[in-house]
Amino acid sequence: MRWVCLLLPQLALDGVLRRQPMPDQPLALIDGPVQRRVLHSVNPAARALGLRAGQSLAAAQAIHAGFTSVAFDAKDAAHWRDLVAAWAYRFSSQVSTQFAHAIVLEIGRSLKLFGPWPRLEAQMREELREMGFRHRLVAAPNPHAARVLANVHDGIGLTDESLLTGLGQIPVERAGLDRETALSLSRMGLRRLSQVFELPRDSITRRFPKTVLPYLDALRGEMTQPLTLYRPPDVFDQRMEFDHEIESSQALLFPLRRLTADLATFLAGRDGGVQRFVLVLEHERCDDSEVTVGLLAPERAAATLFELTRGRLEQARVPAPVRGLRLIASELPPFVPASRDLFDARSQQAMPWPQLRERLRARLGDDAVHGLAIRGDHRPERAWGVEAQAQREAVPPSLPRPGWLLHQPIPLRDHALTVLAGPERIESGWWDGFEVRRDYYLVETSSGQRAWAYCVAGERGPYMLHGWFA
Amino acid sequence: MGAVVAIDSLLDQRRLWKGQQRHVLPASPQPSGHALLDAALPSGGWPDGALTELLIPADGVGELRLLWPALARLSQQEGTIVLVAPPYVPFAPAWQRAGVRLSQLQVIDTPPRDALWAAEQCLRSGACAAVLCWPLHADDRALRRLQVAAESGRCLGFAIRPAKAARNPSPAALRIAIDTDPQQLRVLKCRGGLAPTRPIAFEWQ
Repeated sequence: MRWVCLLLPQLALDGVLRRQPMPDQPLALIDGPVQRRVLHSVNPAARALGLRAGQSLAAAQAIHAGFTSVAFDAKDAAHWRDLVAAWAYRFSSQVSTQFAHAIVLEIGRSLKLFGPWPRLEAQMREELREMGFRHRLVAAPNPHAARVLANVHDGIGLTDESLLTGLGQIPVERAGLDRETALSLSRMGLRRLSQVFELPRDSITRRFPKTVLPYLDALRGEMTQPLTLYRPPDVFDQRMEFDHEIESSQALLFPLRRLTADLATFLAGRDGGVQRFVLVLEHERCDDSEVTVGLLAPERAAATLFELTRGRLEQARVPAPVRGLRLIASELPPFVPASRDLFDARSQQAMPWPQLRERLRARLGDDAVHGLAIRGDHRPERAWGVEAQAQREAVPPSLPRPGWLLHQPIPLRDHALTVLAGPERIESGWWDGFEVRRDYYLVETSSGQRAWAYCVAGERGPYMLHGWFA
Repeated sequence: MGAVVAIDSLLDQRRLWKGQQRHVLPASPQPSGHALLDAALPSGGWPDGALTELLIPADGVGELRLLWPALARLSQQEGTIVLVAPPYVPFAPAWQRAGVRLSQLQVIDTPPRDALWAAEQCLRSGACAAVLCWPLHADDRALRRLQVAAESGRCLGFAIRPAKAARNPSPAALRIAIDTDPQQLRVLKCRGGLAPTRPIAFEWQ
């Protein structure tokens, strides 16, 4: 049980149904040239009315006129398969969309995390049902066997021992062989794969095309063919088109919920978050309008994304009725969930300081954030410095110093100054061109502030204000 | 109906308070370091994870003296302290003399336009132990944002504003006005109890 095959038999129809608010109404996908439209697939409600895939549209309308018809788009199905693959990427890094109508993923290494197979199976089924995809699930030791078993079974898990028995019971017509080979096998009287496996190898090579024997070996896991693995894209871009114009923002909420839920699924698969995305509203007669959603921190919870987008959408001024909705998220930063240390004094460390500093610098400029340091100099202007990195702890001065220092000393105009302490003479710097000879006083102004002011050494006034004792 | 909430928890969260009888709140983990002030506040210290507003008539009337003990304690516990757009240069020797570890002190220089944004980011991030900001023209909405950010980041937020802002209501959990003549503190508002009517002596050392 190292590989799971997810067979998605009704992918195109499911993709259409999941954007319909009422999927229980009869609905059919229409395909074919304009002159001869045929039903590609029908949902259960339409089937109950007697509609069948392959009927011509005219015949179907004669049976029942009230069903919804939606044009089939092959690209659409591929798109939905990629979405399911993005979802499956959460469970395994080895996901392949190589097989038609199916996705295979390696789970051997994921079983420890996601529990034994029955639990993983239940979880996958539940999530697929929520996403609205009908499916069949089979686990087998290799991807090819899983794919073939999914043709016949649903919900079985085969181990190495039971693989041959399980495969052996599969009818030849449903074993994934090409039509001609299957036909000649059945004409030879071989009904089940077990009989085919018993044939001598050289006779298979002689009688059938070259691809048959490697295929049979791959089924039994005797020869592995490498799979093309799925790689999640770096951009999420999903579009929904409506068959009529939507005028109320309430009616947009259902498709919006789907879009944001798909975005959340995509992000969970990538283990990423989204900090900024654009919602494009497409209109019939004028240019598309955009609603940008920017977040303070990366998010990926479906409910949060929906609520945020809904809030923005309700605020937005939309010029015309909406024909289509498109969600584009191109910046997908890593998602850091709020973690809590068991012994951490602080309740949550949502973002470490370096990350916060980077964000501040990104907006405010590279020099905007800095630390402080003490320099070994008596001149107040040079007694401190801007230091990004930590340095040795300097000895604090013994004399009182003000908490605030003015960038430039300014004249202190106050006629009721009280000198509380001083003078303290600071005389230094004759050697470096910035000579200072000052007498510093601690003075109290008439308004009750305490200032650090100086005057030229040996004189009493005028005072220059250089700092505040705050 | 939502979940049933015990009335005690509402009282402890300071969402609900009794007017008459004084409810004993759990002691704040953030004592201010000023014994008289701690005694007057209902939680016995700065409200944790909330915004505190200091209203000062002019710069340099003791706002740093009031905050330094708490900042020193936080910086010694390896908490980052951020000053967002301070009005003057924080004079490093004096800050160190007050016990603040300079390696834990960060200064953000930004025009007033971005200062509120930066303060909110710092408060919300949860990376800082205390954030000081000087919003000059902050309206009620901006302060509410800061308050909410402080709550979600479990951070001590201090907004130092001119005294004339005392007239306007504020969403801050605690509002303290500093008077110069005489030197005293007036608690204008404190969440979780009635504000003490008497001013608190706050002398220069």
